[in-house]
Amino acid sequence: MANMAQAVRMALHYGETHLDVVDIFGQDVGPPLGGVFTATQGLKTTWNTPLDERGIIGMAMGIALAGERCVAEIQFCDYIFNTIDLLKIAGNTCWVSNGNYSMPMVVMTPAGAGIHGSVYHSHSFDAWATRLAGWKVVMPSNPLDAYGLMLSAIADPNPVLYLKPKALLRVRGEDLIPGEPQDEKQLKSMIDAPLGDRRRWKPQWPELEDYRVPLGQAKITRSGEALTLVSYGRTLPICNKVADELLKEKGVAIEVIDLRSLIPYDWASVLSSARKTKRVIFVNEDTEVTNFGEHLAYRCTQELFYELLARPRVVAGKNLPGIGLHPHLEENSVPQIKDIRQAVLDTLAEVP
Amino acid sequence: MIKSQSSSRSKGGKRPSRGLSSRGTKKLPLPKDLLLQIHRLMVKSRALEDRLIKIYKAGESYFWIGGPGEEAFGVPLGLLVHKGQGPQYDWLHLHYRATPTLVAMGMPMIDSVRLMMNRATDVSTGGRNFSNHYCYPQWNVAPVSSPIEVQYSMALGTARVQQRHGTKGVSIVTGGDAGTAEGDFASCLVWASRPGQELPLLITVQNNGWGISTDYDSQHGEKHIADRGKAFGIKSLVMNGNDPVESYLKLKESLDYIRKTGKPVLLEALVSRLYGHSSASGANMEKGQVCCVQSFEEKLKKWGLLKDKEALAIRTEYETEAKMAQEQARQEPAPTPESVWDHVYAHNENGDWRNY
Repeated sequence: MANMAQAVRMALHYGETHLDVVDIFGQDVGPPLGGVFTATQGLKTTWNTPLDERGIIGMAMGIALAGERCVAEIQFCDYIFNTIDLLKIAGNTCWVSNGNYSMPMVVMTPAGAGIHGSVYHSHSFDAWATRLAGWKVVMPSNPLDAYGLMLSAIADPNPVLYLKPKALLRVRGEDLIPGEPQDEKQLKSMIDAPLGDRRRWKPQWPELEDYRVPLGQAKITRSGEALTLVSYGRTLPICNKVADELLKEKGVAIEVIDLRSLIPYDWASVLSSARKTKRVIFVNEDTEVTNFGEHLAYRCTQELFYELLARPRVVAGKNLPGIGLHPHLEENSVPQIKDIRQAVLDTLAEVP
Repeated sequence: MIKSQSSSRSKGGKRPSRGLSSRGTKKLPLPKDLLLQIHRLMVKSRALEDRLIKIYKAGESYFWIGGPGEEAFGVPLGLLVHKGQGPQYDWLHLHYRATPTLVAMGMPMIDSVRLMMNRATDVSTGGRNFSNHYCYPQWNVAPVSSPIEVQYSMALGTARVQQRHGTKGVSIVTGGDAGTAEGDFASCLVWASRPGQELPLLITVQNNGWGISTDYDSQHGEKHIADRGKAFGIKSLVMNGNDPVESYLKLKESLDYIRKTGKPVLLEALVSRLYGHSSASGANMEKGQVCCVQSFEEKLKKWGLLKDKEALAIRTEYETEAKMAQEQARQEPAPTPESVWDHVYAHNENGDWRNY
């Protein structure tokens, strides 16, 4: 099975061969490196930019104004903050121009902790991103969704922020991407650039198919009746694991929803699940104050107040200025499996 | 506060005539019809801005910002633009003092007045944004934004598209001197001049000597802003932006160079800011600055191309048109409250989370 970096790469290949993508660019995105996580190796429209995030976003906005499709990368979301007013403009251009212009651009950026990335390679951006009205925001948790979300992001006529959970980029999926060869070694030999001199290397792309995950559509990854865990990105597989453990150990069935799209979000799925289980927890790793999970918890409170058996909770990163390098520090900053498990147990034990 | 304004008065000559005269006096710097057209458009733009200020002062709008003092630069630019939609035409990334350029491109006065008065009929923003925040997709005019200088990084993208299509289209960006302190200006110079990947960009700065209330001299160590282009090997020039003839010739020279070479030009135009930064400082005429409309009018009179009576008639014609536009806009509908949700996304896709 492909890992998420390979899935993104294949999606971008599909984008430049079938969805009119004309430019894929960013710091180290082009040859020889093909991206610090290898997600842009071997693509035909990639190029390297100056180390200038504002230039990268401005370039993408100009290309989008001209009506062409591009995918820009900010190497780590920790470095996207100096572009935030450009992101704001990208999000408001359609609205402020009263529909005269739209901004069909994709910005992808690795986000979150989990690779011992220290203070400036561990930030999250989802809570910030969901305040950028006019943008759509997605975050996959597995390679197949990474592929399907990228195709939908490219085809969308609006700016889409594509958050790559960096700790999952090397994790293999459980499902084949349509067109992907069965044997992962074969895939590797086809599309992974060799070490060393790559100047003569050319990828052999598999015959990929058009597979899309619609923006705004969640996926139930574990079914259950006792409690609903809503997550996305890196914390999603941890939620699955908690559900699997509790089912095995205690026979408690937890429902897990992979939101996949943060904006727009699949409220119907969250609502019907929370209405069924009457206990709901929102999990993500961005900092906890004005966290996106708080918005969802607020909405649950508004719409299901008299139906719930427990307070909606948010399990998120601590409201700290950074994520420290030592594992003691990092693990006490962003949600760990024990934190999620404890929140689940506490919520299950709550008596109205 | 305009510093040394390199004059090009000599180009007009002291005894100008209509072309090469039989008496052998100097040739006009530009064809007579063009000179008169530039003049008319400068007066039209000024009359429009004067009306916008009146609308503000009458309490019929909340804020005014605009371009009186930039007519001698903006009108020639508007006349030289290859106007249209698509990469084969020029792209315009303008700042909020670009009324003269749009007037020269053919924008009806009523458009500007509707924008000023936040009417639903405002074609640029539908009543959402300040005066002079124009937007014309049919002419490749990108939406003008209040954050200064962001247009300098966005212009890179349209220039990239023009370059890829191999067109003669140029991406033209305008902005003020104070804004050049922002990183986007540096980004523009860096990205426009990457070796072998130069972009067809006309990077202009309208240096009026002020950033709101902060004067140029207290903030700029560089002698000219245009000097910054030299470090990047960008063809750079400083010109008197209060002289429409010099502006026309230098803009044309720059655009011709870019269309021919595909390489950028940095052009600094020294201009006036006649009514202050915006209505926040009163929008009153500030003394001691060159008024380009007045000085050009005097020049045309001296050259025998314009009489007092004709000048007055032109001004009256446009003042009347602007006043009529205000009266018409008054009668037009305001945006409806529920229209706030329109165009959050393309094709009016739902943007309200309550409806997810």
